[in-house]
Amino acid sequence: MEPRLARAIVNGLLLGLAGLSLAPLLWMLSVSLMQPGEAASFPPPLLPSAPTLHNYHELFARVGMGRYLFNSFMIAALTTLIALLLNTMAGYAFAKLRFAGRERVFRGLLAALVIPAQVTMMPLFLMLKQLGLINTYAGAIVPGMAGIFGIFLVRQYARSIPDELLEAARIDGAGEFRIFFQIVLPALKPILVTLAIFSFLGAWNDFMWPLIVLSDSGLQTLPVALASLSREHVQDNELMMAGSVVTVLPVLLLFLVLQRYYLQGLLMGSVKG
Amino acid sequence: MKASTAGWVFAAPALTVIGVFFGLPVLAAFALSLTDFDIYALANPDNLRFVGFDNYLNLLQNPLFWRALGNTLYFVAVGVPLSVTVSLGAALLLHSKLGTFKPFFRTAYFAPVVTTVVAVAVIWRYLFHTRYGLVNWALSGLGIDPIDWLGDPTWAMPTIILFAVWKNFGYNMIIFLAGLQAIPEDLYEAARIDGASPWRQFRHVTLPMLGPVLLMVGILTLAGYFQLFAEPYVITQGGPLQSTVSVLYLMYEEGFKWWNLGNASAVAFLLFALMTAATSGLLWYARRKGVE
Repeated sequence: MEPRLARAIVNGLLLGLAGLSLAPLLWMLSVSLMQPGEAASFPPPLLPSAPTLHNYHELFARVGMGRYLFNSFMIAALTTLIALLLNTMAGYAFAKLRFAGRERVFRGLLAALVIPAQVTMMPLFLMLKQLGLINTYAGAIVPGMAGIFGIFLVRQYARSIPDELLEAARIDGAGEFRIFFQIVLPALKPILVTLAIFSFLGAWNDFMWPLIVLSDSGLQTLPVALASLSREHVQDNELMMAGSVVTVLPVLLLFLVLQRYYLQGLLMGSVKG
Repeated sequence: MKASTAGWVFAAPALTVIGVFFGLPVLAAFALSLTDFDIYALANPDNLRFVGFDNYLNLLQNPLFWRALGNTLYFVAVGVPLSVTVSLGAALLLHSKLGTFKPFFRTAYFAPVVTTVVAVAVIWRYLFHTRYGLVNWALSGLGIDPIDWLGDPTWAMPTIILFAVWKNFGYNMIIFLAGLQAIPEDLYEAARIDGASPWRQFRHVTLPMLGPVLLMVGILTLAGYFQLFAEPYVITQGGPLQSTVSVLYLMYEEGFKWWNLGNASAVAFLLFALMTAATSGLLWYARRKGVE
């Protein structure tokens, strides 16, 4: 094949695929800026005739989107903070601290990776009901506070910390917690960023568990609120698209800014595994 | 503090959380699946009875369970190969030396992965709207009559499959890309000297070298696709005519709509067994083919 033709085909396909990937998201943005009812016509308008923020105003003023946004932020942020601390401590322990049963416990954890989380949902619901945590932030946060994948990710990375560094600190009389906070955590910084993005995105995008555990409308997260809104407002395309923008934009921006860390973490968690 | 004690102290908080909120519920789920836990037991635990494997036996006689199983298997059987193929195709395009603006394209392909399923499912429902959707408008340009994508039982699941492929292909693409970059260039050099066409290079160099990555991607995708829930919940609500009720959708309705938690646990365990069987099957096949 002629090189110029081959080049044109490859670049054409790349461009076409980018169009398919981005078109739904761009259309979402465009429709969210249309006047109410404008999108319900044929042929569907590609761009708003007179862009307006009316739908966003409607969402926050009348539908209470601010509340859902706040709930999502709180739940995702708290989950991330707790998971970051617990997973990092455990990952470091499995990588660097010798303790009885370490290998056996770790193998057990890896084996548990195959169990789908949905199996646990019924007993977990009953348990949290007993504890009075249904319809609370805590109920939504609890299952995400520690994760096998996160522990595994930290362990892989923490193995590269030189033992001599830790030994030297011990000889100097530093306690284990001091070593952890002053030597280990700074050394783990890149993987902490990675883990934080994973936790935040995971918690923000989660749907099934918040749907089960947060039935009070004042506590719902964005995905749950959006799902129930979309059942009520099937016809309000412009409003729903604005709701989708509000739900998707924060995580998309987070990813765009920190994509280097995200992609690196994705590869550590998979290929090197 | 001795280092060995420190190890347990550092690992304990995470292990406790996992034990209490994951390990214990897994065991409890199995126990629950052997009971008739329902809304009466929810009100008063005295109404709880041990029923052995009755929940499982009843499920196997329930037409809706078979329907949900069939729908899920359809989604997996068509969705997984399609998803993996598109991912691999995208990775090959991004890996090609002929392409330009690669960081931009990589980001564009990955963008759908980080989006929230519910939000993009809402978009999808609108894109595939029979009258006002962009898809039918584009098809009408080709002279194709409007298709009732989400209202016709034959089209609803294919639409959801397209949605899932669009949403997920970027994830596997990144893994394939890393796999492609790890293949030594000399192998292609040698193949070219032997006069191998690009297709034969792909067949005899790329694919075999990618074997382990392909297996891992296959298993991850398979496990993920068995867990179909949010898409039918938002896009079609299981309809039309139950054509998009998935196993997890059934579990959710049984458990948290009708409060038959014993029954729902049995559904969850059957899904788990199915996923284990499918992934083991894939592993067995790969081993027989000599992929490690």
